[in-house]
Amino acid sequence: MSPRLTALAAALMLAGSVHAADQIKVGFVSTLSGPGAGLGVDIRDGFNLAMKQLNGKLGGLPAEVIVADDQQSPDIAKQAADKFLKKDKVDFMTGIVFSNIMLAVGPTVFENETFYISANAGPSQFAGEQCNPYFFNVAWQNDNLHEAVGNVVQEKGFKNVVIVTPNYPGGKDAVSGFKRYYKGKIAEEVYTKLGQLDYAAELAQIRSIKPDAVFFFLPGGMGINFVKQFVAAGLSRDTQLFAPGFSADEDVIKAVGAPMIGIFNSSHWAHDLDNPENKRFVADFQKEYGRLPSLYASQGYDAALMMDGAVRDVKGKVEDKGALRKALQAKHFKSVRGDFKFNTNHYPVQNYYLRVIGKDAGGRVTNKLMGTIFTNHADAYVSACQMK
Amino acid sequence: MTQLVLEQALNGLQFGLMLFLLAAGLTLVFGIMDCINLAHGSLYMVGAYFVAAATQAADSFWIGLAAGVAGAAVLGLLLELSLFRQLYKRDHLSQVLATFALILIANEAVRMIWGAQPLMLNPPDALAGPVEVGGFFYPAYRLVIIAFGLAVAALLYLLVAKSRVGMWVRAGAANREMTEALGVNVQGLFTAVFVFGAALCALAGGLLGPLLAVQVGMGESVLILAFVVIIIGGIGSIRGALVGSLIVGTVDTLGRALLPTLLRALLPADAASTLGPALASILIYLLMAGILFFKPQGLFPARA
Repeated sequence: MSPRLTALAAALMLAGSVHAADQIKVGFVSTLSGPGAGLGVDIRDGFNLAMKQLNGKLGGLPAEVIVADDQQSPDIAKQAADKFLKKDKVDFMTGIVFSNIMLAVGPTVFENETFYISANAGPSQFAGEQCNPYFFNVAWQNDNLHEAVGNVVQEKGFKNVVIVTPNYPGGKDAVSGFKRYYKGKIAEEVYTKLGQLDYAAELAQIRSIKPDAVFFFLPGGMGINFVKQFVAAGLSRDTQLFAPGFSADEDVIKAVGAPMIGIFNSSHWAHDLDNPENKRFVADFQKEYGRLPSLYASQGYDAALMMDGAVRDVKGKVEDKGALRKALQAKHFKSVRGDFKFNTNHYPVQNYYLRVIGKDAGGRVTNKLMGTIFTNHADAYVSACQMK
Repeated sequence: MTQLVLEQALNGLQFGLMLFLLAAGLTLVFGIMDCINLAHGSLYMVGAYFVAAATQAADSFWIGLAAGVAGAAVLGLLLELSLFRQLYKRDHLSQVLATFALILIANEAVRMIWGAQPLMLNPPDALAGPVEVGGFFYPAYRLVIIAFGLAVAALLYLLVAKSRVGMWVRAGAANREMTEALGVNVQGLFTAVFVFGAALCALAGGLLGPLLAVQVGMGESVLILAFVVIIIGGIGSIRGALVGSLIVGTVDTLGRALLPTLLRALLPADAASTLGPALASILIYLLMAGILFFKPQGLFPARA
C-alpha cells in the first residue's frame, strides 16, 4: 500500500470512528451472590428499572446490558471486566459495589479508554491523586456519608464513640470521613474481616468499653448480623447506634425489622424525598419488584439515566471520548436525589440528609427523612486531583 | 475486665463447640475409613439449607431443625451407599478429587434451588433477647447453642467410651483390618458413622443459621477450620476433636478481641489497625504449626 493510500485509509478509519454507534453496550459487574449480594441486586434492579422506562434504549439507541457476578472477589471481577472490554467491547461499565474490587478493576478499564460510571464504590484514591478522565461516580465519594454521620454525632453531643468497620479500603475511608467531623473521643476503632458474620468478640469488647454511641459501617449481610447480634446482646439499651445509609437501608431493615427502630443514618437520597422524578422512581420500583428501593437502587437508576443523557447529548457518537466526557460531566439528566453537579474529579457535589428509622403511617418499619446535614457538599480529596 | 474475659470465654466456647460438631464427624470418617471428605463442609451447608427450608415451611424453628437434621442424615446415607463406599478403597488423590467435585455440585445445586442470595433465619422469639448471667447480659440463643454443643459432646463421650458400638469405632480407628478379622461388620459401621457425621453437620449448620447466614459457600471456610481442629487434636480421636475445637475456638475469639488492643500499646495506631486483624486471623494456623512441631500426630493420636 502506498503512503498516500495508507493515509487515506487512516483518515477514513478516523472519520468512521466518530459516526453514531448503532448499539450501546453496558458491562455490568456486580456482587450478586454471598453476603454482599443485596447491594448488587438493588443496583441491578434500579438500573434495569431505568432501562425499562427508557424502553431498552440509551440516548435513543438500542442498548444491551451484560451482567456478571463478581462473587465479591477482585479476581473474578477482573476476569469479567476483561471479557467485557476485549470480547464484548462495551461502551460503558458500571455495577461494582465494593471499593477493593473497584480499585482492582479500575486500571484495566481506564487503560482501555472505556468510561466507568460507578453506581456505588467511591474510593478516595480515585477522587484524589489517582483520579481518572474515564472514571465518574454518580453516587458519592466513600467518605461523604460518614462525614455526615460524624457531623450529626458531634452536634448531638456524644462524647465517647466506638467505630466498627471492615478492614478494607471502604472501611478506611469510613473512619477518615467520620473523624473529619466528629471531634470527641474515639474509645476504640474496631476493624473486622470483610464478610465477617459473627460479631460476638467485638460486641463483648464494646460492652466492656461502655461507649455512649457506636458508629458502624457494615454493608449488606455484615450489618444485618451486627444489628441483630447487638440487640440480642442487650447492648441497645444503653448505646445509641449511628450508621451511614449503607448500613441502615431497606435491605438491612427488611432482614432485621423492629430492632432497627431509632437508628440515625445519613444518605444523599431518601425514598420520601419530595421531587417528581423520585416519586415516579419509588412508585415504579415498588410496582416492579414489590419492595421499597434502597439508596443502592437509586444509584443504579441514576447511573442508567446518566448514560442515557450523555449518549443523547453526543447524538450516539460514543467513540468521540472527549465529547462524551464533556456530556457526562455536564449531567444531562434529572436525578432522583434532586439537583447536583459533578466536581472536577468527576464526583458529585450534593446535599446529604439525616434519616431515622421508625414506623410509617402504615406501621411499616422504614426510613424517615429528618433534615439536611450538608448542602452542596464536596469531597475532601478533590484538591489532590490533577485531571489529565 | 473479668467480665470481658468471661464473656469472651463464653464466645470462644460457643464457637468451639460448633466446630466440634463438624470436626467430630470429619475425624471419624478420616480416622476410621481413612477417607478424606472435603465435602464435609457441603453437608454443613446443605444441612443448614434443609433446616432453613423446613423452618419456613413448618413456621417453627425446632421442627425445622429436627426435620433438617433428619433430611441431612438421609442425604448422608444415600451419599455413603452410592459414592463413598466406592472411595474407601481408592487412594487419597481420588478421594480429594471426587469430594471436591461434590463441593462444586453442592454449591451449584443450592444456587439453583435456593438462589444466590443468603437465606436469613431468625432464632425463636423467646430466645431472641439477652439474659443475665453473672452480672452481665448474654444472648440467650448463644447459651442454647452452648447447651446443645455440651449435650452432643456428652452423648458422643458415652457412645464412644461406654457403648459396644463405640468400642468398635475406637477399634476401627486404631486398626481396621484387625477389627474386620474379629468379625465386626465394618461396612455397616462405616455407614452409621457417616450418617451420624452428616446429621451433626446439619445440626451445626441449623443452629448457626440464625446467628450467621445460610448461604452458598458457607461450608468451605468452616471446613478449613475443621481440618485444623482434627489435625491439632489427632486424626480419628473424638477427645482430640473436642480439645482441638475448644482450643481453636478460644484462640480465634481471644485473638480477635485482644490482639488489636495489645498491638496498639506497642505500635502506632494505623499500623496496629492493619496488623491486628491480619495477625488474629493467622493465629490459629501459627498454633497448628506449633503443635505439629512438637506433636506431629496431634494431641491425642488414635493410632498408637
